[in-house]
Amino acid sequence: MRIILLCLAVVIALPAAAEQVVAGLSRDEVAITANFDGSDILIYGAVKRDREPDQSEPLHVIITVAGPSEPVTVRKKDKRYGIWVNTEAAEVDLAPSFYAVATTAPLQEILSFTEDLRHHVSIPKAIRAVGVTDMVQHPRDFTNALIRIRTNANLYQYLNAAIDLRDDTLFSTQIDLPANLVEGPYRTSIFLTRGGTVVDRFDTVIDVNKVGLERWIYDLAHNQPLIYGILSLTIAIAAGWGASAIFRVIRI
Amino acid sequence: MQIYLPIAEVSVNAFLLLGLGGLVGVLSGMFGVGGGFLMTPLLFFIGIPPAVAVATEANQIVASSFSGVLAHLRRKTVDLKMGTVLLIGGLAGAALGVQIFAILREMGQVDLLVRLCYVVFLGIIGGLMFLESYRAIRRSKSPTPVRTRKKHGLVHALPFKMKFRTSGLYISVIPPVLVGVFVGILAAIMGVGGGFIMVPAMIYLLGMPTKVVVGTSLFQIIFVTGFTTLMHATTNYTVDMALAVLLLIGGVVGAQVGTRIGTRLKAEQLRILLSIMVLAVCFKLALDLLVMPGELYSIGQGAGH
Repeated sequence: MRIILLCLAVVIALPAAAEQVVAGLSRDEVAITANFDGSDILIYGAVKRDREPDQSEPLHVIITVAGPSEPVTVRKKDKRYGIWVNTEAAEVDLAPSFYAVATTAPLQEILSFTEDLRHHVSIPKAIRAVGVTDMVQHPRDFTNALIRIRTNANLYQYLNAAIDLRDDTLFSTQIDLPANLVEGPYRTSIFLTRGGTVVDRFDTVIDVNKVGLERWIYDLAHNQPLIYGILSLTIAIAAGWGASAIFRVIRI
Repeated sequence: MQIYLPIAEVSVNAFLLLGLGGLVGVLSGMFGVGGGFLMTPLLFFIGIPPAVAVATEANQIVASSFSGVLAHLRRKTVDLKMGTVLLIGGLAGAALGVQIFAILREMGQVDLLVRLCYVVFLGIIGGLMFLESYRAIRRSKSPTPVRTRKKHGLVHALPFKMKFRTSGLYISVIPPVLVGVFVGILAAIMGVGGGFIMVPAMIYLLGMPTKVVVGTSLFQIIFVTGFTTLMHATTNYTVDMALAVLLLIGGVVGAQVGTRIGTRLKAEQLRILLSIMVLAVCFKLALDLLVMPGELYSIGQGAGH
């Protein structure tokens, strides 16, 4: 219903491109509570057209969700003096803590290399690793290792053909956010492509935040570290004393 | 039941944490070791970031040690005077150890050094204790009476002598202070309470009776790990209260059970069990260094430059 209303609203508005994305999210914020064990987000939308597009190339949709980026050090072990030691290290300038890319068809078929470079869509392009090249001999090995480790941890997801596109108009997909999420804004982008070229993109943000007790503990630890430390010790000592007292009463 | 840890920023099973805490608590109560040398690697294994694991473990050791020391205090098996002397050395050593740790981190390879420290110290101590306890058990089984020889070595020749009534010792304060400093340094570098070094040092270097060693070690550990917790909380923000609470609920119960098991076992049996456990952990860590890892690469926090 909301989609239809939105469509109607934008149809009346002035057109810019031949095809435009109109999209929505099942939720635009994720609350991390004490028993948080992951969440899934439904991303849906429609393609708005004000004139008949060039149908020679098929329409495709790509959806990306990227968690907050931070610099990452990738280390490699090597055998030295009979033991395995970290020998080489490479600094990756910025890597998203979480990255999911969902498509309607294999990514390399629906997005050209230059468009991928421009919009940072595929997983390797979402990582910024300019500085790596002059630190180690084989920088590609290090970025590949980063992608491999995070893919195994379900933090990087390539969801080929996971978007359901109907009549070249309505699309929807579901992104599963794992339990070990980092707080922050999760940038969500939707791309429409034809013949490898991006015809329109839509950007929005999903806010992932700790709430309740989680929020309180985190804030206290960062804003009042001394009080937090003393409180932690007090809890520890009280628990130790409590257990001792209880066991003295029940005498096992 | 999954629980999200606010500082570690990972989701783990709450019952797994309770179980781990309980298991390590039993060992801690039995042997008078904080259990950090077992718990810290276990936390790495279930996916807790190393910095958080080390800092939170210090907090958890405070709880299980406190629970254990109360049980020992009631049994009057804590030498408070000796504990205080060791503690003075221990705090100085811990402060020094934190500085050494910072310098090593600047140089890189701190992980390797910590691992090597574990392998070397666990190996030496475990091996020595095992041999000694094995001989003691064989001796106690053979009918020939054992001659208890009072050694008058360096420990008795040094100045500043003090009477430690609970331990039945009249020795210089210099060796206990030095033991405290040494253990404090290692404790800070290795991120453990240091009980597994302290206990044999008290038995073999200071000649304290095994009966009071466990309680006195726990007494000293509380303060050293308490100090470490505060240092980590204020400088690195890596103490996870939720993780600590789950571990210590299991831990304090385990420590009480362990203390009761410990009093029913003979000193030699207790020592041989501890030495086997120490050697097992040593062997596992050595194996990790020697066998080719499944994944050659690892991800660390960026320097942010």
